[in-house]
Amino acid sequence: MITKRIIPCLDVKDGRVVKGIQFEGLADVSSPVKLARYYSEHGADELVFYDITASAEGRTLFTDILTETARQVFIPLTVGGGINTLEDFDRVLKCGADKVSVNSGALRNPELIREASLRYGSQCVVLSVDIKRVDGSFHVFSKGGREDTGREAIAWIAEGIRLGAGEIVVNSIDTDGVKEGFDLELLEPICAMSPVPVIASGGAGSMEDFSTLFTKIPTIDAGLAASVFHFGEVKIPELKAHLRACGVTVR
Amino acid sequence: MLCIIDYGVGNLFSLRASLEAIGQEVVVSSDPSVISSADRILLPGVGAFSDAIAKLRASGLDRVVKEEAARGKPILGICLGMQLLFQTSYEFGEHEGLGLIPGHVRPIAEVIPKELKIPHIGWNALSCSQPRHPLFSALSEGDCVYFVHSYYATDCAPYVIATTEYGAELTAAVARGNVMGCQFHPEKSGAVGLSILRAFCEETTL
Repeated sequence: MITKRIIPCLDVKDGRVVKGIQFEGLADVSSPVKLARYYSEHGADELVFYDITASAEGRTLFTDILTETARQVFIPLTVGGGINTLEDFDRVLKCGADKVSVNSGALRNPELIREASLRYGSQCVVLSVDIKRVDGSFHVFSKGGREDTGREAIAWIAEGIRLGAGEIVVNSIDTDGVKEGFDLELLEPICAMSPVPVIASGGAGSMEDFSTLFTKIPTIDAGLAASVFHFGEVKIPELKAHLRACGVTVR
Repeated sequence: MLCIIDYGVGNLFSLRASLEAIGQEVVVSSDPSVISSADRILLPGVGAFSDAIAKLRASGLDRVVKEEAARGKPILGICLGMQLLFQTSYEFGEHEGLGLIPGHVRPIAEVIPKELKIPHIGWNALSCSQPRHPLFSALSEGDCVYFVHSYYATDCAPYVIATTEYGAELTAAVARGNVMGCQFHPEKSGAVGLSILRAFCEETTL
Protein backbone atom coordinates (compact mmCIF):
# COMPACT_ATOMS: atom_id res chain seq x y z
CA MET A 1 0.00 0.00 0.00
CA ILE A 2 1.13 3.51 -0.65
CA THR A 3 2.98 5.03 2.29
CA LYS A 4 2.16 8.24 4.15
CA ARG A 5 4.71 10.92 3.29
CA ILE A 6 6.70 13.06 5.70
CA ILE A 7 7.83 16.32 4.12
CA PRO A 8 10.23 18.87 5.65
CA CYS A 9 9.87 22.38 4.27
CA LEU A 10 12.93 24.62 3.91
CA ASP A 11 12.43 28.38 3.74
CA VAL A 12 15.24 29.81 1.66
CA LYS A 13 16.15 33.48 1.68
CA ASP A 14 19.11 34.91 -0.24
CA GLY A 15 20.54 31.44 -0.63
CA ARG A 16 20.35 30.38 3.02
CA VAL A 17 17.85 28.40 5.05
CA VAL A 18 16.00 30.70 7.40
CA LYS A 19 15.65 29.65 11.05
CA GLY A 20 18.72 28.55 12.97
CA ILE A 21 19.07 24.83 13.39
CA GLN A 22 21.18 22.37 15.31
CA PHE A 23 21.98 18.94 13.94
CA GLU A 24 24.51 16.37 14.92
CA GLY A 25 27.06 15.92 12.17
CA LEU A 26 25.84 18.89 10.19
CA ALA A 27 28.16 21.84 10.53
CA ASP A 28 26.58 24.30 8.12
CA VAL A 29 22.94 24.23 9.13
CA SER A 30 21.92 27.11 6.92
CA SER A 31 23.15 25.53 3.70
CA PRO A 32 20.03 24.41 1.82
CA VAL A 33 22.03 21.86 -0.15
CA LYS A 34 23.51 20.22 2.93
CA LEU A 35 20.27 20.30 4.89
CA ALA A 36 18.38 18.80 1.95
CA ARG A 37 20.91 15.99 1.70
CA TYR A 38 20.73 15.42 5.45
CA TYR A 39 16.95 15.10 5.38
CA SER A 40 17.03 12.89 2.33
CA GLU A 41 19.49 10.54 4.06
CA HIS A 42 17.39 10.55 7.23
CA GLY A 43 14.06 9.38 5.92
CA ALA A 44 12.34 12.43 4.42
CA ASP A 45 10.02 11.32 1.63
CA GLU A 46 10.04 14.57 -0.24
CA LEU A 47 11.36 18.11 0.24
CA VAL A 48 9.78 21.49 -0.24
CA PHE A 49 11.97 24.49 -0.98
CA TYR A 50 10.15 27.69 -0.34
CA ASP A 51 11.75 30.78 -1.88
CA ILE A 52 11.11 33.80 0.34
CA THR A 53 13.63 35.98 -1.49
CA ALA A 54 12.47 39.35 -2.64
CA SER A 55 15.37 40.49 -4.82
CA ALA A 56 16.33 39.39 -8.31
CA GLU A 57 19.84 38.53 -7.07
CA GLY A 58 18.33 36.32 -4.41
CA ARG A 59 16.20 34.59 -7.02
CA THR A 60 19.23 33.76 -9.16
CA LEU A 61 20.97 32.44 -6.09
CA PHE A 62 17.89 30.33 -5.32
CA THR A 63 17.93 28.65 -8.72
CA ASP A 64 21.67 27.97 -8.39
CA ILE A 65 21.02 26.30 -5.05
CA LEU A 66 18.10 24.34 -6.41
CA THR A 67 20.29 23.05 -9.24
CA GLU A 68 23.00 22.02 -6.79
CA THR A 69 20.46 20.29 -4.54
CA ALA A 70 18.84 18.43 -7.41
CA ARG A 71 22.29 17.17 -8.40
CA GLN A 72 22.76 15.59 -4.99
CA VAL A 73 19.31 14.73 -3.64
CA PHE A 74 17.32 11.96 -5.29
CA ILE A 75 13.88 12.28 -3.77
CA PRO A 76 11.05 14.43 -5.11
CA LEU A 77 11.63 18.18 -4.81
CA THR A 78 8.82 20.71 -4.73
CA VAL A 79 9.48 24.41 -5.16
CA GLY A 80 7.22 27.22 -4.07
CA GLY A 81 7.38 30.95 -3.50
CA GLY A 82 7.12 33.64 -6.14
CA ILE A 83 5.56 31.41 -8.80
CA ASN A 84 3.37 33.69 -10.89
CA THR A 85 3.90 32.70 -14.51
CA LEU A 86 4.67 29.74 -16.75
CA GLU A 87 8.18 31.18 -17.06
CA ASP A 88 8.54 30.74 -13.29
CA PHE A 89 7.51 27.09 -13.68
CA ASP A 90 10.01 26.68 -16.46
CA ARG A 91 12.80 28.33 -14.48
CA VAL A 92 12.55 25.98 -11.47
CA LEU A 93 11.75 22.81 -13.43
CA LYS A 94 14.90 23.29 -15.51
CA CYS A 95 16.87 23.41 -12.26
CA GLY A 96 15.60 20.00 -11.25
CA ALA A 97 12.34 20.64 -9.37
CA ASP A 98 9.76 17.88 -9.80
CA LYS A 99 6.71 19.80 -8.68
CA VAL A 100 5.88 23.47 -8.44
CA SER A 101 3.65 24.92 -5.79
CA VAL A 102 1.44 27.90 -6.56
CA ASN A 103 -0.41 30.07 -4.06
CA SER A 104 -0.98 33.83 -4.47
CA GLY A 105 -0.06 33.64 -8.16
CA ALA A 106 -2.92 31.20 -8.75
CA LEU A 107 -5.34 33.36 -6.73
CA ARG A 108 -4.51 36.33 -8.95
CA ASN A 109 -4.67 34.25 -12.11
CA PRO A 110 -6.39 30.85 -11.72
CA GLU A 111 -5.68 30.06 -15.38
CA LEU A 112 -2.05 29.60 -14.36
CA ILE A 113 -3.08 26.24 -12.88
CA ARG A 114 -4.73 25.13 -16.13
CA GLU A 115 -1.91 26.31 -18.35
CA ALA A 116 0.78 24.75 -16.18
CA SER A 117 -1.03 21.43 -15.84
CA LEU A 118 -1.55 21.25 -19.59
CA ARG A 119 2.10 21.99 -20.27
CA TYR A 120 3.78 19.99 -17.51
CA GLY A 121 1.08 17.59 -16.34
CA SER A 122 -1.15 17.76 -13.27
CA GLN A 123 1.34 15.77 -11.19
CA CYS A 124 3.63 18.78 -11.44
CA VAL A 125 1.18 21.41 -10.18
CA VAL A 126 0.68 21.71 -6.43
CA LEU A 127 -1.91 24.16 -5.16
CA SER A 128 -0.90 25.56 -1.80
CA VAL A 129 -3.69 27.26 0.15
CA ASP A 130 -3.37 29.41 3.30
CA ILE A 131 -6.60 29.14 5.27
CA LYS A 132 -7.94 30.93 8.35
CA ARG A 133 -11.26 30.94 10.17
CA VAL A 134 -13.23 34.15 9.64
CA ASP A 135 -16.71 34.49 11.19
CA GLY A 136 -17.23 30.76 11.38
CA SER A 137 -16.11 29.87 7.86
CA PHE A 138 -12.78 29.01 6.28
CA HIS A 139 -11.31 31.82 4.20
CA VAL A 140 -8.40 31.72 1.75
CA PHE A 141 -5.64 34.20 2.49
CA SER A 142 -3.04 35.47 0.04
CA LYS A 143 0.35 37.16 0.23
CA GLY A 144 1.79 34.81 2.79
CA GLY A 145 -1.33 34.86 4.94
CA ARG A 146 -1.55 38.65 5.19
CA GLU A 147 -4.61 39.33 3.06
CA ASP A 148 -8.12 37.88 3.32
CA THR A 149 -9.35 37.13 -0.21
CA GLY A 150 -12.87 36.51 1.08
CA ARG A 151 -12.92 33.25 -0.88
CA GLU A 152 -14.31 30.14 0.79
CA ALA A 153 -11.57 27.52 1.10
CA ILE A 154 -13.31 24.38 -0.16
CA ALA A 155 -14.75 26.21 -3.17
CA TRP A 156 -11.29 27.50 -4.13
CA ILE A 157 -9.71 24.06 -3.70
CA ALA A 158 -12.46 22.49 -5.83
CA GLU A 159 -11.80 25.09 -8.52
CA GLY A 160 -8.06 24.46 -8.34
CA ILE A 161 -8.59 20.73 -8.82
CA ARG A 162 -10.98 21.36 -11.70
CA LEU A 163 -8.33 23.55 -13.35
CA GLY A 164 -5.77 20.76 -13.03
CA ALA A 165 -3.97 20.94 -9.68
CA GLY A 166 -2.52 17.50 -8.91
CA GLU A 167 -1.97 17.95 -5.18
CA ILE A 168 -3.23 20.29 -2.48
CA VAL A 169 -1.19 21.66 0.42
CA VAL A 170 -3.50 22.89 3.18
CA ASN A 171 -1.80 25.41 5.46
CA SER A 172 -3.86 26.29 8.50
CA ILE A 173 -2.95 29.79 9.65
CA ASP A 174 -4.87 29.18 12.88
CA THR A 175 -2.74 26.22 13.96
CA ASP A 176 0.54 27.31 12.33
CA GLY A 177 3.23 27.93 14.91
CA VAL A 178 0.98 26.84 17.79
CA LYS A 179 2.50 23.32 17.84
CA GLU A 180 -0.62 21.69 19.26
CA GLY A 181 -1.45 19.54 16.28
CA PHE A 182 -2.68 19.77 12.71
CA ASP A 183 -6.03 21.43 11.98
CA LEU A 184 -8.15 18.29 11.72
CA GLU A 185 -11.42 20.21 11.61
CA LEU A 186 -10.24 21.98 8.47
CA LEU A 187 -8.50 19.00 6.87
CA GLU A 188 -11.36 16.52 7.24
CA PRO A 189 -13.85 18.13 4.83
CA ILE A 190 -11.07 18.86 2.33
CA CYS A 191 -9.92 15.22 2.34
CA ALA A 192 -13.53 14.09 1.98
CA MET A 193 -13.99 16.07 -1.25
CA SER A 194 -10.54 15.93 -2.84
CA PRO A 195 -9.87 13.34 -5.54
CA VAL A 196 -6.18 14.34 -5.49
CA PRO A 197 -3.61 13.94 -2.69
CA VAL A 198 -3.88 16.33 0.27
CA ILE A 199 -0.87 17.42 2.32
CA ALA A 200 -1.44 18.78 5.83
CA SER A 201 0.61 21.73 7.00
CA GLY A 202 0.64 23.91 10.11
CA GLY A 203 0.56 22.86 13.73
CA ALA A 204 2.92 19.91 14.11
CA GLY A 205 4.64 20.02 17.50
CA SER A 206 5.27 16.37 18.31
CA MET A 207 5.33 12.86 16.87
CA GLU A 208 1.86 12.30 18.31
CA ASP A 209 0.52 15.14 16.18
CA PHE A 210 1.51 13.17 13.08
CA SER A 211 0.07 9.86 14.32
CA THR A 212 -3.18 11.65 15.27
CA LEU A 213 -3.31 13.20 11.80
CA PHE A 214 -2.87 9.89 9.95
CA THR A 215 -5.11 7.79 12.20
CA LYS A 216 -7.96 10.33 12.51
CA ILE A 217 -7.90 11.17 8.79
CA PRO A 218 -6.82 7.98 6.99
CA THR A 219 -7.26 9.57 3.55
CA ILE A 220 -4.67 12.29 4.15
CA ASP A 221 -1.51 11.64 2.14
CA ALA A 222 1.26 13.57 3.82
CA GLY A 223 2.29 15.76 6.71
CA LEU A 224 4.49 18.79 6.10
CA ALA A 225 6.38 20.74 8.74
CA ALA A 226 9.35 23.04 9.10
CA SER A 227 10.60 24.15 12.51
CA VAL A 228 9.64 20.96 14.35
CA PHE A 229 12.14 19.14 12.11
CA HIS A 230 14.68 21.97 11.86
CA PHE A 231 14.97 22.32 15.62
CA GLY A 232 15.26 18.58 16.06
CA GLU A 233 12.11 18.36 18.20
CA VAL A 234 10.94 15.60 15.91
CA LYS A 235 13.51 13.37 14.21
CA ILE A 236 12.20 11.74 11.08
CA PRO A 237 13.57 8.19 11.68
CA GLU A 238 11.99 8.19 15.16
CA LEU A 239 8.78 9.64 13.76
CA LYS A 240 8.62 6.84 11.18
CA ALA A 241 9.11 4.20 13.89
CA HIS A 242 6.38 5.83 15.98
CA LEU A 243 3.98 5.89 13.03
CA ARG A 244 4.72 2.25 12.23
CA ALA A 245 3.93 1.34 15.83
CA CYS A 246 0.61 3.19 15.44
CA GLY A 247 -0.25 1.10 12.38
CA VAL A 248 0.49 3.84 9.84
CA THR A 249 2.24 2.63 6.67
CA VAL A 250 5.45 4.57 6.10
CA ARG A 251 8.60 4.08 4.09
CA MET B 1 28.96 5.08 -21.97
CA LEU B 2 25.28 5.35 -21.22
CA CYS B 3 22.85 7.29 -23.39
CA ILE B 4 19.62 8.91 -22.26
CA ILE B 5 17.44 9.28 -25.32
CA ASP B 6 16.29 12.86 -25.74
CA TYR B 7 13.16 12.97 -27.86
CA GLY B 8 11.71 16.17 -26.50
CA VAL B 9 9.58 14.98 -23.61
CA GLY B 10 10.20 15.62 -19.98
CA ASN B 11 12.94 16.91 -17.85
CA LEU B 12 16.08 14.81 -17.97
CA PHE B 13 18.00 16.76 -15.34
CA SER B 14 17.34 14.40 -12.42
CA LEU B 15 17.92 11.23 -14.38
CA ARG B 16 21.23 12.49 -15.67
CA ALA B 17 22.26 13.72 -12.20
CA SER B 18 21.38 10.40 -10.58
CA LEU B 19 23.54 8.47 -13.06
CA GLU B 20 26.43 10.88 -12.63
CA ALA B 21 26.07 10.46 -8.86
CA ILE B 22 26.77 6.74 -9.23
CA GLY B 23 29.83 7.45 -11.35
CA GLN B 24 28.45 6.78 -14.82
CA GLU B 25 29.51 8.50 -17.97
CA VAL B 26 26.24 9.83 -19.39
CA VAL B 27 25.24 11.52 -22.61
CA VAL B 28 21.81 12.91 -23.40
CA SER B 29 21.25 12.62 -27.11
CA SER B 30 18.82 12.30 -29.99
CA ASP B 31 21.60 11.40 -32.44
CA PRO B 32 21.17 7.80 -33.72
CA SER B 33 24.93 7.33 -34.04
CA VAL B 34 25.50 8.36 -30.43
CA ILE B 35 22.68 6.08 -29.26
CA SER B 36 24.11 3.20 -31.30
CA SER B 37 27.58 3.67 -29.85
CA ALA B 38 26.32 3.65 -26.24
CA ASP B 39 26.73 0.55 -24.06
CA ARG B 40 23.31 1.02 -22.54
CA ILE B 41 20.22 3.04 -23.32
CA LEU B 42 17.71 4.75 -21.10
CA LEU B 43 14.31 5.63 -22.49
CA PRO B 44 12.69 8.25 -20.22
CA GLY B 45 9.27 9.81 -20.57
CA VAL B 46 6.57 11.79 -18.87
CA GLY B 47 3.24 13.07 -20.17
CA ALA B 48 0.85 11.48 -22.62
CA PHE B 49 1.59 8.20 -24.44
CA SER B 50 0.29 9.38 -27.83
CA ASP B 51 2.41 12.51 -27.75
CA ALA B 52 5.55 10.60 -26.71
CA ILE B 53 5.26 7.81 -29.28
CA ALA B 54 4.53 10.39 -31.99
CA LYS B 55 7.68 12.32 -31.10
CA LEU B 56 9.74 9.13 -31.04
CA ARG B 57 8.44 8.18 -34.49
CA ALA B 58 8.80 11.66 -35.94
CA SER B 59 12.48 11.64 -35.04
CA GLY B 60 12.98 8.09 -36.33
CA LEU B 61 14.23 7.08 -32.89
CA ASP B 62 11.60 4.34 -32.61
CA ARG B 63 13.53 2.39 -35.25
CA VAL B 64 16.84 3.08 -33.53
CA VAL B 65 15.49 1.74 -30.22
CA LYS B 66 14.11 -1.37 -31.92
CA GLU B 67 17.40 -2.01 -33.78
CA GLU B 68 19.44 -1.63 -30.60
CA ALA B 69 17.02 -3.90 -28.74
CA ALA B 70 17.43 -6.51 -31.48
CA ARG B 71 21.22 -6.25 -31.16
CA GLY B 72 20.86 -7.20 -27.50
CA LYS B 73 21.81 -3.83 -26.01
CA PRO B 74 20.47 -3.28 -22.50
CA ILE B 75 17.57 -0.81 -22.59
CA LEU B 76 15.74 0.57 -19.57
CA GLY B 77 12.45 2.39 -20.03
CA ILE B 78 11.38 4.61 -17.14
CA CYS B 79 7.77 5.53 -16.30
CA LEU B 80 6.14 6.43 -19.62
CA GLY B 81 9.36 5.16 -21.23
CA MET B 82 8.47 1.71 -19.86
CA GLN B 83 4.91 1.95 -21.15
CA LEU B 84 6.23 2.77 -24.65
CA LEU B 85 7.91 -0.66 -24.77
CA PHE B 86 4.54 -2.42 -24.96
CA GLN B 87 2.28 -3.24 -27.90
CA THR B 88 -0.68 -0.98 -27.23
CA SER B 89 -1.76 1.80 -24.89
CA TYR B 90 -5.36 2.66 -24.15
CA GLU B 91 -4.62 6.14 -22.83
CA PHE B 92 -7.11 8.49 -24.56
CA GLY B 93 -7.86 6.13 -27.44
CA GLU B 94 -5.73 3.29 -28.74
CA HIS B 95 -2.08 3.79 -29.64
CA GLU B 96 0.55 1.43 -30.94
CA GLY B 97 3.73 1.24 -28.89
CA LEU B 98 7.18 -0.11 -29.72
CA GLY B 99 6.03 -3.70 -29.26
CA LEU B 100 9.29 -4.83 -27.65
CA ILE B 101 7.41 -6.48 -24.79
CA PRO B 102 4.04 -8.23 -25.28
CA GLY B 103 1.34 -6.52 -23.25
CA HIS B 104 -0.90 -3.49 -23.01
CA VAL B 105 -1.14 -0.25 -21.05
CA ARG B 106 -4.51 0.47 -19.45
CA PRO B 107 -5.99 2.96 -16.96
CA ILE B 108 -5.40 2.14 -13.30
CA ALA B 109 -9.00 3.26 -12.68
CA GLU B 110 -10.22 0.00 -14.26
CA VAL B 111 -8.72 -2.15 -11.54
CA ILE B 112 -8.51 -0.18 -8.30
CA PRO B 113 -11.33 0.69 -5.87
CA LYS B 114 -13.05 4.02 -6.52
CA GLU B 115 -12.00 5.58 -3.21
CA LEU B 116 -8.30 5.41 -4.12
CA LYS B 117 -6.79 8.51 -5.64
CA ILE B 118 -5.45 8.73 -9.17
CA PRO B 119 -2.65 9.19 -10.09
CA HIS B 120 -0.95 6.61 -7.93
CA ILE B 121 1.56 9.05 -6.48
CA GLY B 122 4.09 8.52 -3.72
CA TRP B 123 6.32 5.84 -2.24
CA ASN B 124 5.14 2.26 -2.46
CA ALA B 125 6.79 -1.09 -1.70
CA LEU B 126 8.18 -3.31 -4.44
CA SER B 127 7.34 -6.97 -4.41
CA CYS B 128 10.03 -8.70 -6.50
CA SER B 129 9.31 -11.84 -8.52
CA GLN B 130 11.37 -14.94 -7.76
CA PRO B 131 14.03 -15.61 -8.76
CA ARG B 132 14.89 -12.00 -8.27
CA HIS B 133 15.92 -10.06 -11.36
CA PRO B 134 19.52 -8.70 -11.29
CA LEU B 135 18.16 -5.12 -11.29
CA PHE B 136 16.91 -5.76 -7.76
CA SER B 137 19.89 -7.67 -6.37
CA ALA B 138 20.62 -4.99 -3.75
CA LEU B 139 17.03 -4.58 -2.53
CA SER B 140 15.54 -5.67 0.78
CA GLU B 141 11.99 -6.92 1.17
CA GLY B 142 9.60 -3.99 1.60
CA ASP B 143 11.89 -1.39 -0.01
CA CYS B 144 9.87 1.49 -1.42
CA VAL B 145 10.23 3.42 -4.66
CA TYR B 146 8.55 6.57 -5.97
CA PHE B 147 5.60 6.24 -8.37
CA VAL B 148 3.64 8.82 -10.35
CA HIS B 149 1.28 7.26 -12.90
CA SER B 150 -2.35 6.83 -13.92
CA TYR B 151 -1.87 3.92 -16.35
CA TYR B 152 -0.31 0.51 -15.83
CA ALA B 153 1.02 -2.39 -17.89
CA THR B 154 -1.09 -5.51 -18.07
CA ASP B 155 -1.33 -8.81 -20.03
CA CYS B 156 2.43 -9.09 -19.60
CA ALA B 157 2.66 -11.66 -16.77
CA PRO B 158 5.68 -13.63 -18.13
CA TYR B 159 7.76 -10.44 -18.12
CA VAL B 160 6.79 -8.93 -14.76
CA ILE B 161 9.79 -8.75 -12.42
CA ALA B 162 8.18 -6.65 -9.67
CA THR B 163 4.73 -5.49 -8.65
CA THR B 164 3.33 -2.99 -6.20
CA GLU B 165 0.04 -3.01 -4.33
CA TYR B 166 -2.39 -0.12 -4.73
CA GLY B 167 -5.86 -1.54 -4.34
CA ALA B 168 -4.74 -4.08 -6.93
CA GLU B 169 -1.45 -5.66 -7.88
CA LEU B 170 0.11 -3.28 -10.41
CA THR B 171 3.09 -3.96 -12.67
CA ALA B 172 6.07 -2.10 -11.22
CA ALA B 173 8.87 -3.45 -13.45
CA VAL B 174 9.27 -5.71 -16.47
CA ALA B 175 12.08 -7.42 -18.34
CA ARG B 176 12.27 -9.36 -21.54
CA GLY B 177 15.91 -10.27 -21.96
CA ASN B 178 17.85 -7.06 -22.55
CA VAL B 179 14.73 -4.88 -22.65
CA MET B 180 13.73 -3.68 -19.18
CA GLY B 181 11.36 -1.14 -17.77
CA CYS B 182 10.26 0.33 -14.48
CA GLN B 183 7.01 2.16 -13.89
CA PHE B 184 8.48 4.03 -10.92
CA HIS B 185 11.19 6.69 -10.98
CA PRO B 186 14.51 5.20 -9.80
CA GLU B 187 16.10 8.66 -10.08
CA LYS B 188 13.63 9.90 -7.44
CA SER B 189 13.68 6.82 -5.21
CA GLY B 190 16.61 7.66 -2.95
CA ALA B 191 19.28 5.05 -2.22
CA VAL B 192 17.03 2.19 -3.37
CA GLY B 193 16.53 3.84 -6.76
CA LEU B 194 20.24 4.51 -7.17
CA SER B 195 20.97 0.84 -6.43
CA ILE B 196 18.60 -0.17 -9.24
CA LEU B 197 20.29 2.22 -11.67
CA ARG B 198 23.69 0.92 -10.55
CA ALA B 199 22.56 -2.65 -11.18
CA PHE B 200 21.38 -1.68 -14.65
CA CYS B 201 24.81 -0.19 -15.36
CA GLU B 202 26.86 -3.00 -13.83
CA GLU B 203 24.88 -6.20 -14.13
CA THR B 204 23.59 -5.94 -17.67
CA THR B 205 25.82 -6.14 -20.72
CA LEU B 206 25.49 -6.33 -24.47
